[in-house]
Amino acid sequence: MRIEVDRDRCSGAGQCALTAPELFDQSDDDGTVVVLDEQPLPALREKARRAAALCPNSVIRLV
Amino acid sequence: MSMSSSASLSPVSLPMQRSSPLDPPAGYRCLREEEPVSRLAFPDGKVGWLLTRHQDVRALLADDRFSADRRRVSSPVRRFPIRPDAPAVRAGSLIGMDPPEHTRYRRMLTRYFTVRRMRELAPRIEQVVSEHLDAMERSGPPADLVPAFARPIPSLVICELLGVPYRDKATFQRCTSVLLSLDASEDEMAAARDELWQYMLDLVAAKRQHPDGALLGSLIQIDAADAGLSDERLAGIGQLLLAAGHETTANMLALGTYALLSHPDQLCALRQQVDLVDSAVEELLRYLTIVQFGTVRVAREDVEFAGRCIRAGETVVASLTAADRDPVQFPEPDELDLARPAAQHVAFGHGIHQCLGQQLARVEMKVAFSALFRRFPRLRLAVRPDEVPMRNDMFIYGVHRLPVAW
Repeated sequence: MRIEVDRDRCSGAGQCALTAPELFDQSDDDGTVVVLDEQPLPALREKARRAAALCPNSVIRLV
Repeated sequence: MSMSSSASLSPVSLPMQRSSPLDPPAGYRCLREEEPVSRLAFPDGKVGWLLTRHQDVRALLADDRFSADRRRVSSPVRRFPIRPDAPAVRAGSLIGMDPPEHTRYRRMLTRYFTVRRMRELAPRIEQVVSEHLDAMERSGPPADLVPAFARPIPSLVICELLGVPYRDKATFQRCTSVLLSLDASEDEMAAARDELWQYMLDLVAAKRQHPDGALLGSLIQIDAADAGLSDERLAGIGQLLLAAGHETTANMLALGTYALLSHPDQLCALRQQVDLVDSAVEELLRYLTIVQFGTVRVAREDVEFAGRCIRAGETVVASLTAADRDPVQFPEPDELDLARPAAQHVAFGHGIHQCLGQQLARVEMKVAFSALFRRFPRLRLAVRPDEVPMRNDMFIYGVHRLPVAW
């Protein structure tokens, strides 16, 4: 699994950073998503899926 | 896809009659089951649409064929327009903006409300909560939880975050309360809006003289370099964040306490299992969904949506309350179950306008509920449940008063 994000469409709601803080943070400049780990270990994949499903702008893609 | 003719549907009016204080009006359930995309008659005489399914509400709020421009929408509950030309309605009020203007404002503000920054605020929130519990303990029981706890805590926190003097709370609390009331006349609304607007303009002028490190002062300093923020825009931002920051969380705290006291088994579980608080807060947000008349969008063009044809210029009401009781998304939706996975709720909205302050609200609720029931393990209503006056007359649902004892 690899995490891809489209920061242009991110509105910084923070759902990802709340749900999977191991994988996502928010930029200090504009609050948009920062991926901390693009290739999550198996133990974190479920969290990555949950973060993607909660994103209000469908910014996170898991490929 | 074939589309039904909208003419075949007769318009309904927004369900507003609750038969029980913790459940949405029963009319929503009927609509969701029988006519989930229904024609809606607005008080201004226009006809638009009402959405009651979770999937449709989410789809609408993420669909850029619909605009959030408040000058063009009809209100589902008010007869008169929100004075479309008033500067106070437009400047800086990002909830009524579309991209790219919205994106610019949102990006500028989001960094003040990130998950990380809100977590850093937790110790200060704990201190504020603890001081208010001390005061309750000194003067009670009984106490009215609304003025003693639910209202001052988020008010004080948002004031500190924005740099608004808390001593001015009487002014802004009174004004926002009029603006969010269904019973206020057009004149009363205009007076409250003008007073709040002048208050914010004066505050912005004072911050320009003596900028501080809080949000408004910080925006002024950042902006000195590239000069895009007029006093009106700063006042509009301040006004929106101030109102949103204290009204919503205040009502979640008081109504949430009422809900927990009405479900003793759930409250007991929360007391015994401290780490249940994260999912408890999501479930309370879902179960109570206090933005009770939903959120509105207007079609920019003729749009095919959920099998219907929505015409350009028609207003669509997304019922957040109905969506959060949709059994397709939440099995047994009318049960309060603090352990359920409820995070897909739309209590904070969805799409680009999803609540900017949601991470602040979460931290405030986690800290406040935990501390309240830890301090007063025997907290109870001091009146009968049916004697608690509910906010059926306000945009944000909740309780007007919550007499408690311990």
